[in-house]
This record gives sequence, C-alpha cells and structure tokens, in this order.
Amino acid sequence: MKLFINGEEMIVPDDVTNVEELLDYFKLNNKAGIVERNQVIVDRSLHAEEAVTNEDRIEIVHFVGGG
Amino acid sequence: MKERYSRQILFSPIGENGQRKLSEKHVLLIGAGALGTSNAEMLARAGVGKITVVDRDYVEWSNLQRQQLFTERDAVERIPKAVAAADQLREINSEINISGKIMDVSIHEIEELVEGVDIMIDATDNFETRLLLNDASQKYQVPWVYGACTGSYGLSYTVVPGQTPCFSCLLGSVPMGGETCDTVGIISPAVQIVAAYQTTEALKLLVEDYKSLRRNLFYFDIWKNQQSTIKVEKLKKDDCPSCGQACTYPHLDPVNLSRTAVLCGRDTVQIRPANKGKRNLDELFDRLQAIEGGKVEGNSFLVNLTIEGRRLVAFQDGRVLIHDTKDISEAKTLYNRYIGG
Repeated sequence: MKLFINGEEMIVPDDVTNVEELLDYFKLNNKAGIVERNQVIVDRSLHAEEAVTNEDRIEIVHFVGGG
Repeated sequence: MKERYSRQILFSPIGENGQRKLSEKHVLLIGAGALGTSNAEMLARAGVGKITVVDRDYVEWSNLQRQQLFTERDAVERIPKAVAAADQLREINSEINISGKIMDVSIHEIEELVEGVDIMIDATDNFETRLLLNDASQKYQVPWVYGACTGSYGLSYTVVPGQTPCFSCLLGSVPMGGETCDTVGIISPAVQIVAAYQTTEALKLLVEDYKSLRRNLFYFDIWKNQQSTIKVEKLKKDDCPSCGQACTYPHLDPVNLSRTAVLCGRDTVQIRPANKGKRNLDELFDRLQAIEGGKVEGNSFLVNLTIEGRRLVAFQDGRVLIHDTKDISEAKTLYNRYIGG
C-alpha cells in the first residue's frame, strides 16, 4: 500500500490496515503524539478503528522533551 | 534608540507602535539551554523591555556546540547558565532590563515568576516543567510558546488561554521516557528553527498582532527534509483538567510533583530537598574537604565534589546535581552519603 507520510511517499506492508497498526509499524505507539489522516485528526481512542487505505495522506507528529 | 531598531520598525507589522509595545513588555524564559539562549538573544536584540531568564543548571563543555550565549570560560568556571546568559545579554543590549535567576522552576517558583509577565517561552528540557508552565498559563491567563527538539526534529505551538487548546489537550497522557538529547543527540540548526518559530510567535503576541498567530502545531525534520503543520483546534477538550470548564490545574498540585529528575542531555540526576532553606556553601565546602579521596572545588554559586568516579554539585538553593549516573537511587545514596538530607 502506498501512503504519503509527512509528505513523503512510502510503501507499507498490506497487513497494516489501521492507524494503530501503522504506528506499531513505525514503532511510534508508545510516544505521545497526534495523527492526522487526510487532514483530519484521528481521535486517540479510535486509532484501532480508523482504517488506512491506499494513497492516504498521513501526518504523524510526536512530542519530544529536549530543548 | 530609533537607529538601533530601525530595520524592525520598517517592518510594517511591527512599526513604531509595535516597537513601543515591545519596550513595555516582560518575557519570562524558562530554561537557558539551547532554545533559551537563542530565544533570549533574539528578544534582547529586538528590544523587549524586560527579560527574565531562569535556569537551574551551569555551563559545561557539551553545551557550547549549540548554546549560543556561552563561552569556553563559562564552561571552565562552571558559571550558572542564568548568570552567564544574563551577563551576555546585557553586553548585547544595555538599554533593557535583564534578570537571570538560578532556580529550579517548580510550583512555588512559577507562581511567583509569572506575576506581571506578558508571555512565557518554554525552553525547558522536560514535560513536567512544561505541564507546570501550561497550568500556570491557564490559571494566570498568560500565553506561552512551546518549543522542543531532539536530533534534527523539532516542533512548536502557541498556547493562548481562552482561545487555543492547551498543551495538555494536545499531549493526552504524559510520555514515559522517550527521546532526549542524551539518547539521540541534537544539531544546532534544529534548535535555531524551533527558536525562530518561538520568537516570531512571541513578537506577534508582544505587539498584539493576534490575528497573525500561527495557531497550528508546526513540526519538521531538517535532516529528512520534512516539515508540516497540523490544525489542532479540534483537540480542545471541554473536560481538560488544565483548561476545561471545571479545571483544577493538577500540575500546580504538589501531589503530582517529583523530587528527583534526570537531566536531558546529561548523565545527571538532580535532587531537590523538601527543605526549602538556603544551603551554607562555605560550611559544606569545609566539611567536604575533610573527606578522604575527594576533590572539592567551588565558587560563590556552587560547591563541586569529585569522588568515587562521580561528581556532586551543590547549589545554594539546596539542589544537588549528581553527575555520571542516571540511577536515581544511586544518586540518592551519594547525596545522603556526602551532602546529607
């Protein structure tokens, strides 16, 4: 499946079917962050229910502490 | 005065009127590390009337790669960052009021510091202090600008009480661990991008050009050539404990506060005693000199003990930094062994 993640075209395995699995794939699930799918923020409690489909535009932003 | 700020006054969103407003405003900067020194220098050059810089740490060699107000001499002499930064800022602009405070910002401190301040800039290295700042911002209705970076990645967001979602709304739960300057490093240009966004937002707030505020969460990875923004209005929660209708400001409650902290970018644990009294550094210096196998050094701000392959640094306000360890219990043992509760 082809996705645009943070503006960059990426191919992810077809067994990634929802936002939670996508975050797992990028090992980002234990980080505080915000996910946007096609310019709509996905509620944190609905990550497992929000499907990702071919050519979706996904933004993933995680908070860091450094400064 | 006019010549000094002429190019900024020529910039029409600021102009004469904006410049006058800048000269009447007070900015509180929490942290004088990479983000703190960069923001502070820009704001001082811009002519902000009063700048207060607060930091708990002192200058070390590993800071010099990116913390722009510090020199080799500051590192050699272990000058507290708040002092070194304030001195340098006064050299840059002697016409404004600059205050450097050696202080670990916690509940009591933030409630005092925020008084009379127009905006706060986040230049801290941890989430606990940011949440403290966020709650103080809501309680006292003072906007603040979040900024953070690690590696080549960074992000920024402006919180305006009563208008935008607050930092707690965006963050959800407090992250456990995660990347720090300690684990993934940091490059200076990432710092400068975040600081540029923070200072620009600060200038908009200070000249009261509210309609120009960004209002989005901005983030980038300058090494991967990525940058984007997310619209976050939707994340505002009516039941948020920090900014919601029945808010309780949980991060201003001592119950939710830790007494020890591992410092970002440093193999260091800080211990902050419950006793808020001042530490007698002369007495401590004499006492530590009697210890066999230890090396004691000091200046008027701190006492440094090297022993057992570790380094303990005691500040006048009671805090002790234990270097060369991330283990809190080991740090407490060393603290109790040499400094004493």
